Amino acid sequence: MNLMEHLPALIIAIPLFAAFLTPIIDRFSKKGRDAFVFIFMALTLILVVLLAKDVFDSKVPITYVMGASDPHQTIPTQSAVPIRIILEIDAMSIFMVIISILISFIGLIYSFSHIKEGGGKFYTLFLLMLVGMIGMELTGDLFNLFVFLEILSISSAALIAFEIKRETSFEAAIKYIVISSIAALFVLFAVGLFYGEYNLLNIAAIANAMKFTRIDKIALILLFSAFVMKAGTAPMHMWLPDAYGEAPGAVSMVLIATTQASLYALLRVCFTLYNESLPIIMPATLILLGLASIFIGVTMALVQNDIKRLIAYAAVAEVGYIVLAIGVGLYGFLKSGEIEGYGIKALQGGIFHIFNDVLDVGLMFLVAGGVIYMTKERNMNKLGGLAHSMKYSSILFLIGLAAVAGLPPLNGFASKLMIYESIYKVSPILSIVAILASILMLSIFVKIFQSIFTGPKVIEANEVPKCMLAGMIVIAGLIIFFGLFPEMIVKNLVEPAVNALLNYGEYISAVTGV
Amino acid sequence: MLRTIEGYWDPILWIIAFIIIAIIAYIIRSAGRREHKKGEQAKPYFSGVEIPSDEEIHVSGENIYWGFVESLKGYYSIMKKMHAGRINDYVAWFVGISAILFVAIFIMEVS
Repeated sequence: MNLMEHLPALIIAIPLFAAFLTPIIDRFSKKGRDAFVFIFMALTLILVVLLAKDVFDSKVPITYVMGASDPHQTIPTQSAVPIRIILEIDAMSIFMVIISILISFIGLIYSFSHIKEGGGKFYTLFLLMLVGMIGMELTGDLFNLFVFLEILSISSAALIAFEIKRETSFEAAIKYIVISSIAALFVLFAVGLFYGEYNLLNIAAIANAMKFTRIDKIALILLFSAFVMKAGTAPMHMWLPDAYGEAPGAVSMVLIATTQASLYALLRVCFTLYNESLPIIMPATLILLGLASIFIGVTMALVQNDIKRLIAYAAVAEVGYIVLAIGVGLYGFLKSGEIEGYGIKALQGGIFHIFNDVLDVGLMFLVAGGVIYMTKERNMNKLGGLAHSMKYSSILFLIGLAAVAGLPPLNGFASKLMIYESIYKVSPILSIVAILASILMLSIFVKIFQSIFTGPKVIEANEVPKCMLAGMIVIAGLIIFFGLFPEMIVKNLVEPAVNALLNYGEYISAVTGV
Repeated sequence: MLRTIEGYWDPILWIIAFIIIAIIAYIIRSAGRREHKKGEQAKPYFSGVEIPSDEEIHVSGENIYWGFVESLKGYYSIMKKMHAGRINDYVAWFVGISAILFVAIFIMEVS
């Protein structure tokens, strides 16, 4: 048996297998459990790298049929349509999988030093969260997408409530699961509509059969609203500060990647499932929601006193930049002519910003998590002068701050520059709002830095443990690397991902053969 | 070098420019008074009041941008009501936006 052929299935199966074994190993040895989770996560990371190499080399999407004797035979001999669950991987999906596994791996290293009590449960849920994310990004089947969305939501909710001694974390988890369940029902209803209409569940096959009937329109709105809400776009973002704010530091960072898995699902729905039949109102809605997210995110961040809630509102604004860029990209995709070129650039900026967002905001969450862990205080008014005792953390926070605010030469600047320029071509007002919000973003993080790290020492604290520091340093290293060599990332990861989205015909024909 | 619509972005070039500007700034700073020693300055005048200790005058997070928040009081009172933390509101916004989209897409179909 050629194991390389089964990479897509293994990437989902290995963390799933590890998730169920972790509580058993936890009963015997805590160190053994940590080593076990680390090895399995590292193995998954290696497999993702191998799969990524395959995807970029093959230039066309790779398909994998679950449970079939020939994993590449997408349509069984006796059938005219795909029946089994098919995993379909193109440059866009592998781009998202790289983000998910990388961020989870760094989050895992960060968690080793401070997750002591209930570690078995924590790592099981952490691995399940990874399975949910990767599953959503690899699957080519709509019902399967719903299943992975549920795995992701349930494990995320449990992790948000992990520090259950604080009542607020439990409340945040309840709110998260309620809103996620409604979104999941929307998705399930849409899947049911497609199945009733086309007798199909495969994304490529449905896209091929798409007639854009009234039922398809209903399904579009259901899927669109569910994924836009799950991505944390304003005015449906209220669950996000609760969830990000109450989760442990590493979980807050991985939650950013989970919201981006929903953004990926949105991209798949718009560019692949509906493609050219998508009404123009959808990109217009995305542009409006993106602007609202940027504006509400930054202005609400300014009045927060809880460190993590403040960063969470900044994360809403960052999602706004991505959604705005996707909206302009989609607008260019649906309109031909000069605007098409700007649309592609906007899409490249937006996709690049997905990676930058998770790194930049993720670093802020990790530092904030470290500060809370060392001081047991999350109210900024009661903190101050931490740079005296937490030198490394304060430097790392400064790097994250500059990156989020889009200061050159860090990564946030490169992707935001691409977004500003391309959206300016659609409307200068969009650019003006985006740039002003970026300036406000800088002022917000200056507020955090000033009140937590500078000034006289008002609270005693030591530097964070080594594992936490290691996680933060890796993220900071990636931020600097992406900032110094943006063209390398854009050329090798972002451009193929955008091309895969725009050439939706290849995604469809890889399954249907049409 | 990252190509953009109107030009390009080269971070290495930016760093070189930054270093050159930093060197120029350092040279200008070095041209200042050399006989000055640390601690020679007089205490700043604070309207005749004794200057409080550093701990007492540290501006906490809540007070930074007080003027900005105060001038947007109307906006923030609406926003705070919207972000009261009630799950009913979360669901209402979600369902409400979906409903608006439903109406919009079918109006487009009719027109």
